[in-house]
Amino acid sequence: MGGSLDASIALVAIGPFLAAALAPLVNRLAGPLAGWVLALVPAGIFALLLSLAEPVIAGGSVRAGIGWVPSHGLTLSFLVDGLSLVFALTISGIGALIVLYSGSYLAGHPHRGRFLAFLLAFMGAMLGLVLADNTLALFLFWELTSITSFLLIGFDHARQAARRGAIQALVVTNIGGMALLAGAIVLQQAGGSWELSALRELGSLAGHALYAPILICVLAAAFTKSAQFPLHFWLPNAMEAPTPVSAFLHSATMVQAGVYLLARMTPLLGGTAAWTTLLMLFGGATLIWGALGALRQTDLKQILAQTTIASLGLLVLLLGLGSAAAISAMVVYFIAHALYKAGLFMVAGAIDHGAGTRDITALGGLAEKMPVSFIAAALACLSMFGLPLTVGYLAKEEMYLGLLAGDWSAVLTLAVLVAGNALLAGVALLVMIRPFLGEPGTTPKPPHEAPIPMLAGPVLLGGAGILCGLLPDWLGREVMAPAASGILASPVESHLALAFDLASPLLWLSGLTWGLGILVYRQADAIRTLLRRFEHTLGWTADTVFDAAMFGLVRFSGAVTRLLHHGRLELYLVVVFMVFALALFGPLLAWGGLDWIVPTAELGDWSKRLVPPPFRPYEWGVLALAAIGLVLVVVARTRLLAIVCMGVQGAALALIFLLFGAPDLAFTQLMVEVLSVVVLTFVMTRLRLDDRDPRPFEDWARDGTLAVVCGVGVSLLLMLVLTGPYDPRLSDFFAATSVPVAHGHNIVNVILVDYRGFDTLGEIAVVMTAGIAILTLLRRRKAPPTPRPARPRRAGKASA
Amino acid sequence: MSTVIFRTLAPLIVVIMLVFSLYICLRGHNEPGGGFIGGLIAAAAMAVFGMASGVGAVRRALRLDPLAIAGSGLFLAGASGLASLFIAAPFMTSIWLPIELGETVVPVSTPLFFDLGVYLVVFGTLAAIALSLESDREEEP
Repeated sequence: MGGSLDASIALVAIGPFLAAALAPLVNRLAGPLAGWVLALVPAGIFALLLSLAEPVIAGGSVRAGIGWVPSHGLTLSFLVDGLSLVFALTISGIGALIVLYSGSYLAGHPHRGRFLAFLLAFMGAMLGLVLADNTLALFLFWELTSITSFLLIGFDHARQAARRGAIQALVVTNIGGMALLAGAIVLQQAGGSWELSALRELGSLAGHALYAPILICVLAAAFTKSAQFPLHFWLPNAMEAPTPVSAFLHSATMVQAGVYLLARMTPLLGGTAAWTTLLMLFGGATLIWGALGALRQTDLKQILAQTTIASLGLLVLLLGLGSAAAISAMVVYFIAHALYKAGLFMVAGAIDHGAGTRDITALGGLAEKMPVSFIAAALACLSMFGLPLTVGYLAKEEMYLGLLAGDWSAVLTLAVLVAGNALLAGVALLVMIRPFLGEPGTTPKPPHEAPIPMLAGPVLLGGAGILCGLLPDWLGREVMAPAASGILASPVESHLALAFDLASPLLWLSGLTWGLGILVYRQADAIRTLLRRFEHTLGWTADTVFDAAMFGLVRFSGAVTRLLHHGRLELYLVVVFMVFALALFGPLLAWGGLDWIVPTAELGDWSKRLVPPPFRPYEWGVLALAAIGLVLVVVARTRLLAIVCMGVQGAALALIFLLFGAPDLAFTQLMVEVLSVVVLTFVMTRLRLDDRDPRPFEDWARDGTLAVVCGVGVSLLLMLVLTGPYDPRLSDFFAATSVPVAHGHNIVNVILVDYRGFDTLGEIAVVMTAGIAILTLLRRRKAPPTPRPARPRRAGKASA
Repeated sequence: MSTVIFRTLAPLIVVIMLVFSLYICLRGHNEPGGGFIGGLIAAAAMAVFGMASGVGAVRRALRLDPLAIAGSGLFLAGASGLASLFIAAPFMTSIWLPIELGETVVPVSTPLFFDLGVYLVVFGTLAAIALSLESDREEEP
């Protein structure tokens, strides 16, 4: 593997992002042809990936990578094996058709360029996700899919429902994303590597002490992303997106990321009782719930969304089974689903486009008006129904095959599978027959056929579904076996063949599925009424629970904000100083600091130990000045006097510093005092405070107590510091190196600008930021009274 | 406060304070002083000037917005740290380049520019606050 391969695989993951950056420009220049031009990017990626197929089919895998942050083990490394190649080909292939479709679907839309950019960026994230070998890169691309899908779902951001759907999808999938990050870190701890390929060499982690946390994290990530029950609720709401988005996100990409993750983790985590049970339980529940949900709906897109949930459940269930046959079935079903679901979504968009509604109770008889759409939809629905000669049939056969010779649990699984498939088959008939062959209804627009770019996708995908069904040997050998081998990390043989054996129970199971499916179709209206009544009696859904949780969160944060941010300055100060006092006294008492200062045994003759320090008279004088200043601050009658007295006290303090050998400190202290007095005086006049400071006795007592407590605390702390032995190492170091190394005699300044210059840089940045904040506050007050209704806290300033 | 004596003397005081502040800043490496103190003195000078002659006069004399001065100071300090990257040394490694001017040698160094940056930040920020506080008082009758 040479540099060119590294570059070409990196281009696969990065190319779509570059294309996304250029998309608005292309949209402006190419006009109506923008879809065609931009579709070249995914098409090119598709071709590039096809060229990698040969070594992968031969049983190998291709690795490539470029260093990213090597110091943290982060490489942008890619792994192309059967699994990732199938996913990447599906993503880029369908992606090309979707881009083409979008160019026409959004023709004339003012933000089409933006839309195409989002779409391409999303595709890049998705390709990166399935190709990534590094778990951190996987996480990064995973989050990128969440963010880009948020942008896509909320594309129509003027509508509240679209915004809600987007936020819901973002919140739910991001919870999973966090779990994935945690899982990747724990996985690295357990396996010692960030690379998936290296981790897979280690074999199963079952029995490892960290198995359970990894499993929980991975399942949380996969289940949120792949909309497993009961976290499925975001997927139907994501249907607020423009139809091409739904066609892309909910067929082969976004929601399949969770399935991909589970498939990727199968060799590491699979095969245990916990894995099998959890996956089959959630997968089975999701399958049935989603399929029933589809029957409840009448909106074409909602129906398809619910069947997507069901299909995701089916895929997870098959992964949970974990046998070679089940994994093979999962691969074939993934392809079948991607082909028919993307096609059906695109047809739904075409119907919406042509007839102005997607409600199957209003639609009917479209086959005459939209013949090409009908053919495409019919091909897709037959595959979904699972008729022979379609890829859907192969998938169904394959999944039943693995369960024939099993115990009661296999029979139960089989029953669930048959039931789920039958429900989906019924939905397939519903989607095909109702709008196209049913009684012509009244639609908002007279139905007309969609333009060619919107038909190319459904027709090609429908045709591909049939083609795959006609070539089972090829499909099995070239696609299914490599992918299944990639998932299981051991070779899997293909046995797909185009044969009908009337004696085989498989055919009878298929027949049973079809029969039940037709029954479901005939009773669809009755089932819908029943389900709606059930939902009505239940009264709440996962969706409402989500809303309640979100509102609860907002209200909680609002309550916390109101509690902490009440807007009363004196209370802020009280809280700050109370915390300060706690911070002072807490450690002092907890670690017995008081015993250090005042050894209890010697308390008896403390009066003898109280010797006045040997100060000179003028030193006493300065001390007295400070004390007088302090007392005057407290007893001063007017504010101005108090401010000036504080300045006196501070100046005396500066003198003390000067006398005891800290001229720099004294200097700074003096200047700070001078400026403090000036600024405080300005502030006082500025805020038009009263000359005096009247406060009720309770406030006076509270503030006084706090002041005394804080003062005593600081004094005790300083005394405690002085009881410890003086450690001159730092001072000696600075004294010794100041001149030879830093060329300065003033150690204080040298420390500020040289030894600890980085700190100073941060501090002056803070000074400046604080200055800007203060100026902003001052200017706000200065602003002339606006005609808008005044806020309550401005009311008192009306006279200005 | 704006007595005739004060108004007459203020410009003189301001000039002395400004020169002194620069002196304090420059000598800081070897004697008590430094950019922070220098900046404080200069800001105090601006406050005095503002009290005597009004904020408008101060702003006209400064020509630049005080906050812009602070910003350029922060930029200068940061840039002086970046200089070491050109000699492949870590960020903020100090560089000394003694320049001979006749008989005296002026030790030009990155810490000197850093300290000047500190001076400008402190001066600019505090002057901005002081002027802003004063100006409002002035506008009112």
